[in-house]
Amino acid sequence: MQAASGKLLSLSTIDLFVIGLYFVMVLGIGLYLKRFTKTGEDFFLAGRDMSAWIAGLSFVAANLGSLELMGWAGSAYQYGILAAHWYWIGAIPAMLFLAIVMMPFYYISKTHSVPGYLKLRFGEPSRMLSAVSFGFMTVLMSGINMYSMALVMRIILGWDISFSIWVSSLTVMAYVFLGGLLSAIFNEVLQFFLIWLGAIVISILGLVEAGGWSGMVQKIHERWPQQDYTHMWLGLGSFSDNPMGIHWTGIVLGLGFVISFGYWTTDFLVVQRVLAAKDLRAAQMAPIIGSAFKMAVPFIVILPGLLALAVLPDHLVGEAQAVNGLHSYNEVLPLMLARYCGPGLLGLGITALIAGFMSGMAGNVSAFATVWTYDIYRATMNKNATDAHYVSVGRWCTVLGVLVSIGTAYLVMQFASIMDYVQALFSFFIAPLFGTVIFGMLWKRATPAGGFWGLLCGTVSSIAMWAWVKLDPSAIRYIALSPHAKDMAENMYRALWSWIICSAVTVVVSLLTTPKPNSELAGLVYGETDIPSSSALPLVQRPLFWVCVVGVVFTILNIIFW
Amino acid sequence: MHGSLTIWFFIGVLLTCYGVLITGAGIYELYVPPTHPPVLSQLHTGIWWGAFLLVIGLFYFIKFYPKKS
Repeated sequence: MQAASGKLLSLSTIDLFVIGLYFVMVLGIGLYLKRFTKTGEDFFLAGRDMSAWIAGLSFVAANLGSLELMGWAGSAYQYGILAAHWYWIGAIPAMLFLAIVMMPFYYISKTHSVPGYLKLRFGEPSRMLSAVSFGFMTVLMSGINMYSMALVMRIILGWDISFSIWVSSLTVMAYVFLGGLLSAIFNEVLQFFLIWLGAIVISILGLVEAGGWSGMVQKIHERWPQQDYTHMWLGLGSFSDNPMGIHWTGIVLGLGFVISFGYWTTDFLVVQRVLAAKDLRAAQMAPIIGSAFKMAVPFIVILPGLLALAVLPDHLVGEAQAVNGLHSYNEVLPLMLARYCGPGLLGLGITALIAGFMSGMAGNVSAFATVWTYDIYRATMNKNATDAHYVSVGRWCTVLGVLVSIGTAYLVMQFASIMDYVQALFSFFIAPLFGTVIFGMLWKRATPAGGFWGLLCGTVSSIAMWAWVKLDPSAIRYIALSPHAKDMAENMYRALWSWIICSAVTVVVSLLTTPKPNSELAGLVYGETDIPSSSALPLVQRPLFWVCVVGVVFTILNIIFW
Repeated sequence: MHGSLTIWFFIGVLLTCYGVLITGAGIYELYVPPTHPPVLSQLHTGIWWGAFLLVIGLFYFIKFYPKKS
């Protein structure tokens, strides 16, 4: 399997041509779209002119980073079909909730960003706390993803790390600088197609080789008799009955409720794509369309991991043990690519991985530029500049964001242990933010002080719980409710606790402080917002109808793979 | 949507090019088999997948080709 030079794959001229053509196309799109991005609304919100399909595909693509593809394929090899929970219960209910419940408030308030909504609802302190934490985390995540991607390219193709970092990030910088969110969204739709068309081949050929789904399951049971890799819910009755060491309450409440709702409804990286929709109906349909495609992603990410369990002759190992010719779980997708793809197809597969990285990075960079320009720069440094000035600041923020990300990538190269903490750092802000936003939207009595202190206490408590377990690993029995719980379970329960703390503080402080008058809550809160009804539309054009359709398919899939 | 070119047109162009390249590479392999063929190479995936990309690409290319106003 391994090429003589130590790298996993060797590309032919035609593969390099396929990859090169992709770079030419994304830059060409950026150049073409520059002429359409003149105002702040154009640059930061793509002119609020996107159809539901474009916003929906971009919404999913911004989340489909290459590390997501390779990481979850590796997790599927390690944990089996349990990894699909992150795509189904860990995404679909939240996306549908965003469409039906939260989108009207985001859209009608005409906010530019999620921190911008917090400013309108709770005031400046909440906005600033959320904007600064989001900006910091976005750039950090972008840099770490960049480094990880470069590392993967070195392992599978033998490319120099600096070459991968600079070429891919400067390309993203160029097209976002030129066309802003419009360019990011257009490229994300293109990247979405490439990811699917490049990755689905592995699943099709894998199923052919394994003898279909039943053949694959049989082979997995024969080769791995000690673990259940093919049931999603059956082994979740106890922490010790499944490879992930998690209980169903952690999956349903921690992942399915807090983490998933926090990410899909308040992370501006994804919400920004939907805010670019041309009207409220399109903004509601975009997450529903996105959820339908998200539900299908396991067929290109989880299925290759399962197929690898059935057909790969070698056993893959953890990252730390991957020495002396052994391959790690995270290499499962490139290994499957090498197994089935010849010249041309291999180039398409690598392009899919690069496209995944670039769509994720463009999402980070465009969201960072918006939050920095509107929620930090305009709020604190220059309140009364012209629209053209803010567009210019946004463009240069794109450059700044990419350069800081590159700096972070090199920092991680020196201190690789940073990567161990990033997922935890990211989760510190997501769960409490969901608590603050949802109370802000659905409870009129929530006050500015309640919102701010809830967000702050939720974040601080999350950090404190994480530090507690780091200092005393036995504390996991209190945080995750079992001494048998593993890291993944700890993340789920910590998110749940921090959301509960955020909610409790928001409620208590709100009841003790003075609420805003109703006149200031118009367009921001349930009960004070005139949400246009879709009852006059034909059934097939109503968002609620499609929510029901996706909901039914989601339920059926969970039953089939129970 | 924005000007005369939509994203679907760009997708059409790229997939058409990919279709031609991958089908071409698949046909070439038919006559000059690689030294280390991938698993299931007898299915000639490059040819049918390249043809599939070509069909999708041409569909988007033609359907969203900018019309003169």
